[in-house]
Amino acid sequence: MAIPRKITVISRRTIVVSGAAASAFVAASGRWPVLAGDDSIRRRSPAFELAYRTLIGEAEPAEDGTVHLDLPEIPENGNTVPFKLWVDSPMTAEDSVKTLHLLSTGNPQPRVASFHFSPLSGEAAVSGRMRLARSQDVVALAERGDGKFVVAFRNVEVTIGGCGN
Amino acid sequence: MGTTRIKLPDSIKSGDLIEVKALIQHVMETGNRKDPEGKPIPRSIIHTFKVTFEGQPVFGADWGSGISANPFVAFHFKVPGPGTLEFTWIDDAGVTVVEKTPLLIS
Repeated sequence: MAIPRKITVISRRTIVVSGAAASAFVAASGRWPVLAGDDSIRRRSPAFELAYRTLIGEAEPAEDGTVHLDLPEIPENGNTVPFKLWVDSPMTAEDSVKTLHLLSTGNPQPRVASFHFSPLSGEAAVSGRMRLARSQDVVALAERGDGKFVVAFRNVEVTIGGCGN
Repeated sequence: MGTTRIKLPDSIKSGDLIEVKALIQHVMETGNRKDPEGKPIPRSIIHTFKVTFEGQPVFGADWGSGISANPFVAFHFKVPGPGTLEFTWIDDAGVTVVEKTPLLIS
């Protein structure tokens, strides 16, 4: 019995058109298209929203470029993702950073860590290793000496999630 | 809690801004996982890390379950002069580990 075989002929035109559409998507969004199931990337968990609001209240913190988050764009393993956080500040009595919060928008527990600085710190900078359950925005929220908050967001694509954090 | 490792620069002078690295062995069990029988594994993490220099606070960290096993931390310290850095880790079981590292000022 002959096996019916369906042959699809892809015309040159189809290839050109779909290729152009894909390039347009990448150019417009600045990222590679992600496969199904990853619509979570921009989603913030309710737990995150609650933790974030508990820290900052109603005011929206400034995203003024003074807070920096250094994380690998595509970490090999969500269980140990190296991070480096720092805030531009002279760390003097007039201009300092009291606390730097590291938050996750997609982990079961949104508050990853809070780092406290002192007059002996000299620099508002810290590094460590964190868990990431899935692709998400990682948030660094700095509380300045004058009580004002400044924030930075960083998107991280996780292929192997850190289990159960 | 297990072994700790503290790393300081080889040569330190008064007034230097140095980077201090601290590592401790710990499972940092998140409390979200289940054992093979399906029973939840209780959370067991180091929640507090503190550093003082001659009684003055230098740096502190409150850690959650999103911190990886065997927590590592690097921070800065402006050396006011000779003295001893004291590192303290406290975990969910109430176990406290204290490590004292004298600064070798050259």
